[in-house]
Amino acid sequence: MNLSFSKEDLDFKQEVVDFLDANYPGDIKERQDKRLPLDKEQNIRWQKILSKKGWFAVNWPSEYSGSPELSLTQKYILQNVLAEYNTPVLLPFGVGMCAPVIFSFGTDKQKKQHLPAILNSDVWWCQGYSEPGSGSDLASLKTKADKEGDSYIVNGCKTWTTLAQHADWIFCLVRTETTPIKQEGISFLLIDMKTAGIEVKPIITVDGSHEVNMVFFDNVKVPCENIVGEVGQGWNIAKFLLMHERSGIAGISSLKRELSRLRELSASTIVNEGTLLDEPAFRAKIEQTEIELTATEFTELRTLSSMSSGGSPGAEASILKIKGTELQQKLSELFVEMLGYYAHPFFAENELGSNDSIGPEYAGSIMPHYLNYRKVSIYGGSNEIQRNVISKAILGL
Amino acid sequence: MDFTFNEEQTLIQGQVEQFIQRDYDWESRQSLILTDSGYSLDNWNTFAELGWLGISLSDDSGGFGGSSIDTMILMEEFGKGLVLEPFLETVVMCAELIDKSGTLEQKKDVLTGVVEGKTQLALAYAEPQSRFNLADVMTEAKLESDNFILNGFKSVVMNGPNANKFIISARTSGDQRDESGISLFLVDAEVSGLSSRDYQTVDNRRASELTLESVVIPRSCLIGELDEGFTVLDAAIDRSILAISAEAVGAMEVLYKTTVEYTKTREQFGTPIGKFQVLQHRMVDMFMEYEQCKSLLYMATMKHDEDSADAKKAISGLKYQVGNASKFIGQQSVQLHGGMGVTDELNVGHYFKRLTTIGTIFGNSDYHLKKYTSL
Repeated sequence: MNLSFSKEDLDFKQEVVDFLDANYPGDIKERQDKRLPLDKEQNIRWQKILSKKGWFAVNWPSEYSGSPELSLTQKYILQNVLAEYNTPVLLPFGVGMCAPVIFSFGTDKQKKQHLPAILNSDVWWCQGYSEPGSGSDLASLKTKADKEGDSYIVNGCKTWTTLAQHADWIFCLVRTETTPIKQEGISFLLIDMKTAGIEVKPIITVDGSHEVNMVFFDNVKVPCENIVGEVGQGWNIAKFLLMHERSGIAGISSLKRELSRLRELSASTIVNEGTLLDEPAFRAKIEQTEIELTATEFTELRTLSSMSSGGSPGAEASILKIKGTELQQKLSELFVEMLGYYAHPFFAENELGSNDSIGPEYAGSIMPHYLNYRKVSIYGGSNEIQRNVISKAILGL
Repeated sequence: MDFTFNEEQTLIQGQVEQFIQRDYDWESRQSLILTDSGYSLDNWNTFAELGWLGISLSDDSGGFGGSSIDTMILMEEFGKGLVLEPFLETVVMCAELIDKSGTLEQKKDVLTGVVEGKTQLALAYAEPQSRFNLADVMTEAKLESDNFILNGFKSVVMNGPNANKFIISARTSGDQRDESGISLFLVDAEVSGLSSRDYQTVDNRRASELTLESVVIPRSCLIGELDEGFTVLDAAIDRSILAISAEAVGAMEVLYKTTVEYTKTREQFGTPIGKFQVLQHRMVDMFMEYEQCKSLLYMATMKHDEDSADAKKAISGLKYQVGNASKFIGQQSVQLHGGMGVTDELNVGHYFKRLTTIGTIFGNSDYHLKKYTSL
């Protein structure tokens, strides 16, 4: 057991630092540092920069990513340095979710068609899981795919579809069969968003942003070859996906950056004769959060370590989802507390970043972020569902 | 970075695990708490034979040159068995201190006996007014020609009744709470002027209140430098926090697992109570708290082992978390066992009591959160 970095690891860290110093675009950095949303072009440009260096699809086998696989320690270093530089969070839908399904279950044709395009961020993916009547009880989903010759005809509705307004493709769980056991009739289907009969309607969330959507399917014709894996195997694939994307699930490295930012900003927030950081009650919350964060960081490292030595990831990752999202919410809450009254002035998403901010210059995005982040304990399997998973898979209850 | 045990460590873990399972069944353990010493000399001899008592001591002292990771492995398994034998008190708190800071003569005098299982030790550092502050020392030691004369009072000295020798912190200069001016002394239990009131603690271990009235000891009993005892003591307590946290993690694991198994068999309303979601989620929270503690334990132990700059901060963070998790897991284990949880008969209450004392020993969560903040 040791925590030390080898000479090679330290060289790697320097390589990441040098790379970012030379290649992190100024316009993206500026928006990130001001906490302003990126547009589609900026997201894609950044992902392409990382991909060219081989640091985009770090969890893919090298036969698909075309880059040497990084060690556990290297991934840890890369994530931490990227977070220290406050680089954009990568959109997970293509690289982290759809691609692992395709390279694990897909046909050669599907791999050739989709993996290079995901690797190069040429195609924007979104995820079609939840439906208006199917949230935590995902297997109750009703969107139907009926076979007609060489095609499926898809009818139904998906919801909470993140950034579907930009998406070129959607991967969906659809019902290909009505079976007594509802899980058995589900298939994993890839759909081109340009297909006739698809309509995307925005859902505006409490923070005033347009991030999620409803996606309607009205007699949408999809080639049968777009099913991934076997027909009726969709539920197993969904479970595989839930288990697959481990690395970074808790967002630890970003949390570390945010916590140190909170510390800095509260140290310059005047309260009476001193600063907010001198206030014992507020300070205690910061330190408690840091201890919990450190614990979660090492829980993640332990999990990844046991995976890299052949252990199964298992439901331990559910701990990371729960703890990580609790921390994300706690931090977003402490930022709001820090601001006091200046958390209240509100600007719509497209007004953020104008020069006439009210209060501290960083204030504008704090409350929207807090409001928006109520989502994290709900999405990706709500934290209650995660507890059910642990209860069943680990405790055997 | 590497989170795996090496071959030797895996071997030791298996050895202790086997000892707990084969030789430390609950009935035998419960019979030990009724004895005078509160532990088994046979077990202690086994520890000696298996080399555990010298595992963390240097080769020069007759030990095996192990690290705090080896101690962690032992203590975690001891925690699972709720082992009563005073390994923490004798080996971690005292023998390691002498090994690191004692004179050659002191090492020869004491450590050979420890490794062979013949010597029991106790660290007398707390005083009635000191609470968790190691520097708050009123017990005095005055140098008179070639002797020190000790006067004062030491409280809740763990393993006091069994100790052949004490390590006692006393003020040799400075004011009551100064870090400088504290010295450490190796004092024979039989020395004249030293009296003790021995008692049981709530976790069925043994402790003493020590009164020192003109205790005369030769100058050669000073451990380390005169007036410089604080850093030595502080380092010993850091190692002890790591060890007792490992014990806590072991105890927490048994408690949460025992609770899970119980709820699978206990039926109410015609169904095992483990089927109720409100209880399932509670147990998941217990499991998560245990895992988070274990993560901090590994982290802090490795940082300590590597002499990392933030090792002390990591240790305080660990003890804060251990205090909170011990309380949560202990209380909820009792709660989920219902009435059975509050009986003396069931092991759950005994684990709960040990976790309760661990929460306080070497500083509670409030104390360590404050310390964490200051570091």
